[in-house]
Amino acid sequence: MNEILVKNACVIDPIRGINGDIMDIAIRDGRIVESVSDRAEIIDAHRCLTLPGGIDSHTHVCGTKVNFGRYMSPEDMRAGRTRRHGRMHVTSGYYVPTTFGNSYRYSAMGYTTLLEGAMAPLEARHTHEEFTATPHQDMLANTLFDGNWAVMDAVREKNIPKTAAIVGWTLNAVKGYAIKLTNPGGTEAWGWGEDLTSIHEKVPHFEVTPSEIITTMIRANELLRLPHSVHLHCNNLGKPGNYQTTLDTFDLVPDLNPDRQTLYATHVQFHAYGGGTWRNICSKAEDITRSINSKPQIVMDMGQIMFCRTMTMTADGPMEFNLHCLHHNKWSNHDVELETGSGIIPVTYSKKSAVNCIMWAIGLELALLTKNPWQCLLETDNPNGAPFVKYPEVIGLLMSKRYRDEECATLHADTERRTSLFALEREMDWHDIAVMTRAGQAKALGIVNQGKGHLGAGAEADIAIYPIRTDSVDPAREYRKVVEGFQKTRFTIKRGRVVSRDGEIIVDGANATFWTNALIPEDIRVDNDPEFIRRFQEFYTVRMSNYPVQDLYLPRGRRVDTEAFS
Amino acid sequence: MIINDVVCPFCGCLCDDLELEVEGDRILRVQNGCSLSEATFMNDTRLPAPIRRTASGWEEIPYADAIKETADILRDSDRPLLYGWSSTHGETQSVGVHIAERIGAVIDNTSTVCHGPSILAIQEVGHPGCTLGQVKNRADVIIYWGCNPIEAHPRHMSRYTTFATGFFVPDAQRERTIIVVDTRRNDSGGIADEFVQIEPGGDYAVLSALRAIVRGKESIIPKKVAGIAKEQLIRIAGICTNAKFGAIFFGLGLTMSRGKYKNVRNAIELTDELNRHTKFVISPMRGHGNVYGSNEVFTWMTGYPFAVDFARGIAFYNPGETTAVDILRRGECDAALIVASDPGAHFPRAAAEHLAKIPTVLIDPHVNATTALSRIQIPCTAAGIDAAGTAYRMDGVPIRLRKVIDRGYPDDAEILKKIYDRLNGELGP
Repeated sequence: MNEILVKNACVIDPIRGINGDIMDIAIRDGRIVESVSDRAEIIDAHRCLTLPGGIDSHTHVCGTKVNFGRYMSPEDMRAGRTRRHGRMHVTSGYYVPTTFGNSYRYSAMGYTTLLEGAMAPLEARHTHEEFTATPHQDMLANTLFDGNWAVMDAVREKNIPKTAAIVGWTLNAVKGYAIKLTNPGGTEAWGWGEDLTSIHEKVPHFEVTPSEIITTMIRANELLRLPHSVHLHCNNLGKPGNYQTTLDTFDLVPDLNPDRQTLYATHVQFHAYGGGTWRNICSKAEDITRSINSKPQIVMDMGQIMFCRTMTMTADGPMEFNLHCLHHNKWSNHDVELETGSGIIPVTYSKKSAVNCIMWAIGLELALLTKNPWQCLLETDNPNGAPFVKYPEVIGLLMSKRYRDEECATLHADTERRTSLFALEREMDWHDIAVMTRAGQAKALGIVNQGKGHLGAGAEADIAIYPIRTDSVDPAREYRKVVEGFQKTRFTIKRGRVVSRDGEIIVDGANATFWTNALIPEDIRVDNDPEFIRRFQEFYTVRMSNYPVQDLYLPRGRRVDTEAFS
Repeated sequence: MIINDVVCPFCGCLCDDLELEVEGDRILRVQNGCSLSEATFMNDTRLPAPIRRTASGWEEIPYADAIKETADILRDSDRPLLYGWSSTHGETQSVGVHIAERIGAVIDNTSTVCHGPSILAIQEVGHPGCTLGQVKNRADVIIYWGCNPIEAHPRHMSRYTTFATGFFVPDAQRERTIIVVDTRRNDSGGIADEFVQIEPGGDYAVLSALRAIVRGKESIIPKKVAGIAKEQLIRIAGICTNAKFGAIFFGLGLTMSRGKYKNVRNAIELTDELNRHTKFVISPMRGHGNVYGSNEVFTWMTGYPFAVDFARGIAFYNPGETTAVDILRRGECDAALIVASDPGAHFPRAAAEHLAKIPTVLIDPHVNATTALSRIQIPCTAAGIDAAGTAYRMDGVPIRLRKVIDRGYPDDAEILKKIYDRLNGELGP
């Protein structure tokens, strides 16, 4: 029996409605309990800020394209290297660190659960191998369906149950957690070097539109009773004037689920641009947040960019090629048969660039203009907007108008005119930040009842204790203390073990991988459908029997069964 | 017993549609495989037990002794080299990296003598590629450049390109145009619609000429480039720009001829250029079954695909300095562990000679040319025959190799874990 008692913790636990109470947290065998024996190890939190373990609901840390980002970037590997030390393996890289680098740095920041933003089903085995080498966080995989041939055929037939059956079979086969749509339809068009420019444009050959794919997948998702909603990277990412596409997409979304959102729109900063060219691009964050504020069925995340060199990587192949044509730097592309695409290019976000400054402002505007912090979660689409190690700075900016003003004074002169950021007075509080970095994610991902995102009895003992005294730090003025405080926990506790102490990893990791298993009626299961099997065998280059990821790739797999079709 | 959908572990194609007939610990028959595949499964003569060199020949020793002696050699070495990794599965590669990190070794894989230059090119300009199924289902133009798939990847054409029926290419033979570029007319050239015979060393110039034509600068091209008539170059550029989906596959003819990584870079930049007109992709024809897996595993663990030097405590990468051939040729390393490969057969003479001078241990199921240079050989399972594990196809698709029979050998990952545990025990925290 392994017991810990965290004493004198200043707890903010939004899911349970606790906001800054000084309390003790009892832990036994990895879970939070009402009380422990007097033999428990004592950790004195000294009234420091204590939150549920951080959850990143959209990050790129494992899998084919992340690893290709490393593969093609020895210049980055040199940037973040550390030696083998105690329990810590060698790490390399700053914006696309090695798996251990990701895991240690997230852990030092108090993060205990990560959702990999994009896994191509055909290459899922790779993602799971890297999950195993990212040992200090529980992992979940968004599974790409944006260009899935079988799905597009079912959508064209307007057959929601069949769509659901294909998704359910695939998630089970590849041990995925949720549905991800990246530029739906556009990634298939990119198979011919084309893209779609509106949600009502038809995908070549398949004769379906992004809007049809999105709406059918939303219904299929609810039919499968998946814990998370459809997770959408909207069409037209990164194009001036794309906010209209985003608003049109939001207007498609019904409110179908009382427990969570019906659509998760990711990295919305990249989808909130007005104007028509790079010369007249401007912020449409006000329009986007007006829509969000009136639609509780949608949750978004920021997609904040920060000024630095980083790597963009996405399943959105055509977008990456367009970006490559602007940047003229190296470009990788990797289309995946019958499923999706992907692209990678390095970028540098610079304060000298008006476009970059406007992008930076839009991310913050989205967060500050969204009334309900549960609807706008904090992330940078790591590493697309910035590497995740920048999160503490984002927190500082959201909590301090003074910090924003100081930054704004250093930006391109056009920024003030083309965004509303300079006029925004809102300063977020500790509770808002707790929502935007863990509680909101847990609710949006549907993992609260898996014991994530809160500190109630029965929850998994994932806890972050930051060296921040909320009673003595004024975040509006002392934002540097806030940034520093969120960079390195005093203690990160993962499933009842202290894994990180003052930034140092002190144990070997033992993460779990969550995946969903929808129980689908026999008569519509696609693995019983001769036509599905025939097309699979004919057009994929792997046999259907070699496609599913074996259980042994998930040494601590946590299957989430759902009563689909019930 | 018949086993279906078996994966052939031999080359980077990782064909996964083999049918094997097995009985006990023997494979009786291989269906669907190419001749290389058949030889892999059928002519699988193993070294029966670990062996150690004596003054007059070899002696058999127990596994425990071989493992202890190997750990001792590595522990006592100042500059160990761990090399190979491309014919085994990912778990072995992963333990190998941990050992290298633990003892401050250089770890390198067979890319160093095949597609290492391709990796250097990719690190400069990126890699517009795709999975092989994209090519199979869409490509109407296929270019094989400096490679001979009929001999080296015998089913590449029938599974993925020339003869493969694809969704948008139902009549493959009629609908696909095949271009083969090489310095001599090989078997693959024999079935090409367009054979392009380049003078040796002329690849870079021809690629540059094609790029110029695609950019509309054909007027600056001389009458002949590296032995190829301007008319043919213009025709080929036209075939490419008019393609719906084009795919370039290249081999060691590009990576290991004059120009090396610059050739590959030029080919990638041609592909990039063509994407401004149509859809084009490019892919290296990877040789060993899991050489791409060794690049992948090394990358997520160390940040670099090959040639990783842990001597400084951190992972350091400088191909030309930290590559196996260079370290051996400089006589720098004082011990070597070779796993799942045969540098004795593939390395330059000076490098192989140094392997023979230092204590070299070979962990490999088969006796090969490296055996003759080694002090100890430890036989193990062969991934994909009597051991299961992950392999990455040449296009990055991860496939699980199957264990189809049991021949009683230990898995190379198990052997390495024992060595790693010994080293950890002796070297302390």
